[in-house]
Amino acid sequence: MSATVDTHGHDDHDVHHHKETFVTKYIFSQDHKMIAKQYLITGVLIMGIIGIFMSLMIRMQIAWPEQANIVFETFLGKWAPGGVMDADIYLALVTIHGTIMVFFVLTAGLSGTFSNLLIPLQIGARDMASGFLNMVSYWLFFLSCVIMIMSFFVEAGPAAAGWTIYPPLSALPMAQGGSGMGMTLWLVSMAIFIASSLLGSLNYIVTVINLRTKGMSMTRLPLTIWAFFVTAIIGVISFPVLLSAALLLIMDRSFGTSFFLSDIFIQGEVLHYQGGSPVLFEHLFWFLGHPEVYIVLLPALGITSEIIATNSRKPIFGYRAMVASILAIAFLSTIVWGHHMFISGMNPFLGSVFTFTTLLIAIPSAVKAFNYITTLWKGNLQLNPAMLFSIGLVSTFITGGLTGIVLGDSALDINVHDTYFVVAHFHLVMGISALYGVFAGVYHWFPRMFGRMMNKNLGYVHFWVTAICAYGVFFPMHFIGMAGLPRRYYTNSNFPLFDDTTNAQVVITSFAIVGGLVQLVFLYNFISSIFYGKKAEMNPWRSNTLEWTAPVKHMHGNWPGAIPHVYRWSYDYSKPGHEEDFVPQNVPMKEGEEELHH
Amino acid sequence: MTALLTIIIVLFVAIALWQMVKIFDLAQVSTSNSQVANDKDNKINGYLMMGFLIFIYAITIASFWYLGDLPLVSNSASEHGSGLDNLMIITMIVIFFVQTVTQFLLHYFAYKYRGEKGKKALFYADNNTLEFVWTIIPVIVLAGLIIYGLFTWNDIMNIDKDDDPMVVELYAQQFNWKARYGGDDNVLGKANVRLIDLDRANILGVDEDDPNAQDDVIVTELHLPVGKPVLFKMRSQDVLHSAYMPHFRAQMNCVPGMVTQFGFTPTVTTAEMRQNPDIQEKVANINELRRERQAEIEEAGQDLIYEFDYLLLCNKICGKSHYNMQMKIIVETQEEFDAWMAEQKMFANSLNK
Repeated sequence: MSATVDTHGHDDHDVHHHKETFVTKYIFSQDHKMIAKQYLITGVLIMGIIGIFMSLMIRMQIAWPEQANIVFETFLGKWAPGGVMDADIYLALVTIHGTIMVFFVLTAGLSGTFSNLLIPLQIGARDMASGFLNMVSYWLFFLSCVIMIMSFFVEAGPAAAGWTIYPPLSALPMAQGGSGMGMTLWLVSMAIFIASSLLGSLNYIVTVINLRTKGMSMTRLPLTIWAFFVTAIIGVISFPVLLSAALLLIMDRSFGTSFFLSDIFIQGEVLHYQGGSPVLFEHLFWFLGHPEVYIVLLPALGITSEIIATNSRKPIFGYRAMVASILAIAFLSTIVWGHHMFISGMNPFLGSVFTFTTLLIAIPSAVKAFNYITTLWKGNLQLNPAMLFSIGLVSTFITGGLTGIVLGDSALDINVHDTYFVVAHFHLVMGISALYGVFAGVYHWFPRMFGRMMNKNLGYVHFWVTAICAYGVFFPMHFIGMAGLPRRYYTNSNFPLFDDTTNAQVVITSFAIVGGLVQLVFLYNFISSIFYGKKAEMNPWRSNTLEWTAPVKHMHGNWPGAIPHVYRWSYDYSKPGHEEDFVPQNVPMKEGEEELHH
Repeated sequence: MTALLTIIIVLFVAIALWQMVKIFDLAQVSTSNSQVANDKDNKINGYLMMGFLIFIYAITIASFWYLGDLPLVSNSASEHGSGLDNLMIITMIVIFFVQTVTQFLLHYFAYKYRGEKGKKALFYADNNTLEFVWTIIPVIVLAGLIIYGLFTWNDIMNIDKDDDPMVVELYAQQFNWKARYGGDDNVLGKANVRLIDLDRANILGVDEDDPNAQDDVIVTELHLPVGKPVLFKMRSQDVLHSAYMPHFRAQMNCVPGMVTQFGFTPTVTTAEMRQNPDIQEKVANINELRRERQAEIEEAGQDLIYEFDYLLLCNKICGKSHYNMQMKIIVETQEEFDAWMAEQKMFANSLNK
């Protein structure tokens, strides 16, 4: 386990810190810290703002259906004649909002930022295993972002078949406008995105396995690195399956094959497709789609583990159980995809199997939640904004996770499948939780990235308003779902049955608008702190991990001189026998000192 | 109006934020300008954690108070429905118990152990007994729920052929539903979209040469006799749809190229359900809300007064008019059903010559 690579031969790297031009420093950079910032700005900030803004437009349409709205008129142009949103663009917004948030913000933005920043710094490596592949990975991601956004400017509109793009709806341009050029661009963008994601993941895996510094055994890895490492493995296992599904769909769309299509009569004519099955696509999609949830969530939980331990001034409770739950969740995540398909026409026996595996995954999740709570117990909690977001994450993870017990149960799923209950569930458990993970990470590692502190009071306002709005939006939504209201309806006014949910929809939308707007506080805080923030100390949170031993100054190789050696795990907070309440990993053991975890 | 409302909300939020920042600023005049939380921050945010806990409980109670009577967890209209509702209620009790306790612990600890200068945290890294306890408790609870759930699921999905169910085809297309009855022989004639002949009004692609097809009946409003098991065979002609019948706790996707199925026994007629006090209260509430929006509703060409009916909705995104793909379901006595059926045209007689 203690196999590490001695990279001392690399030491001359910083001595001849090679000259950089603007282009090699800021654009085609191969330095992991700069690539992390590029991911943060492209993935989290720019795509995040676009994704959240789309969700606000969706919410406004639901609360005030078919009413003229200046926002729609301004931003949707020809798709909102007279300011009234068109039904096609509503579905397109739902689709692209989902795609952007799940893939671009919470997969690439989250992993891209924090895996890149933290893996080399926390394991004591000079850089990623391959700086060049890392750069290629970012630029492929950038390209896929551009293509996805471009799809808003094609004649018939962007993809509108839902982020799950089930064929035949996504395969047939005559089924809906968005399934023409818009869907082609979606597929091309996602294919490039997957290539980017695979390059990134391979790099993370190789780096963690090969480039740990002396003494950094796997059992001393911070939980952040464990989470990023396992996430990358799940990504490498499952993303290629989505790529194959996308390629087969392209074949069906453009080259006349029948992988997913059969017996279709549309717009007065029978199509030639025969023998394929849309259910096959659902299997391929969810073989990625479910692990994807954990690709989003695990890095956020890793970040939370680190921040909760640091700010509680306590070791994370049950380190080995935490690692075991990450591994258990990762393994189980690849055998639960069928719970998205209980009523897809799949054999009911398979429904029983997937119910069983799905509810099993609640066990490691429960262990994680209890361990977080116990870590807080008898701590000395430093309630920094990052800590608040981490506690908030545990809160939404519990609230959202619990309703998974309803949805994972095939019998109960019959009546809440595809209703607002599902929307509430997954937004809380993976959307809000993972976003909190991103925010916690940004507040915590901002000093490491930019050498300055973010304003804490703006951070507090950001957290409390966001936290209240998140519950305000998604908690009542469960009840609307249990009333049987299907999701993805452009307007609910054609069903008097659901008229008693309309007032709740207005309340939800109001919370959503406030919650969306308060993100501008974060944006302001982020940008102004880069330039005017208070200069940060080297280790402002008094943390144990190695990234705080490296200077902030932009340099290749992270540490001037030798890389630090590691003598202990990263959670020696408030350890008896030490003056300070933290002992960084590069501090040698005192004589007679024991490693006090198992 | 909406624009004005939006502007007011924006202004309100801006003022609130400004005030909140001022409160936080004022709270730390005396301390240094460090951006790391100090004792005062810990105290304020610790108290806010308790406040937030109360908010979570409040929104839970408010949701139950205002929205708790909407959910479809009572008054099911099918035989398997009540068992499913029981399972739902038991699961909900477990969920709300765990939610209340864990959220309390989380936020209470965040308040109770808020940091103070000079305090030292307890070095507490591991405890196998504790971890065993909170691994085994979820295992037991989940095992119970899984077993109960699987029995319920198998009951619903295993269709007993001995019950002699009435066979009904649900046929989905963008953006409407059709239903096809097997007729006197209760056997559906063969069908495939390749046999669709719009000129002859053979819209479902039923095989005209199949003897079983001759007495099939195709309708646009689904009638079901109460107390008789029904076996639905679902087909779709274009894209995925999902036949969702919330009052019967029934749902199944309609997949082009294959036939899916779902069976249940309706137990309450439409007329009886309209007399149900809960439903009457719900309908009265809906009608009150509709009267407030009278102008808007009449402009849309809908009836102002809503009367309860069972519905079949599409619940899988299927294109532009997905939001309005519905079919009325009427559950009635066997005699009423027979009388209605006698009025319908048989397939063989419905074709254009």
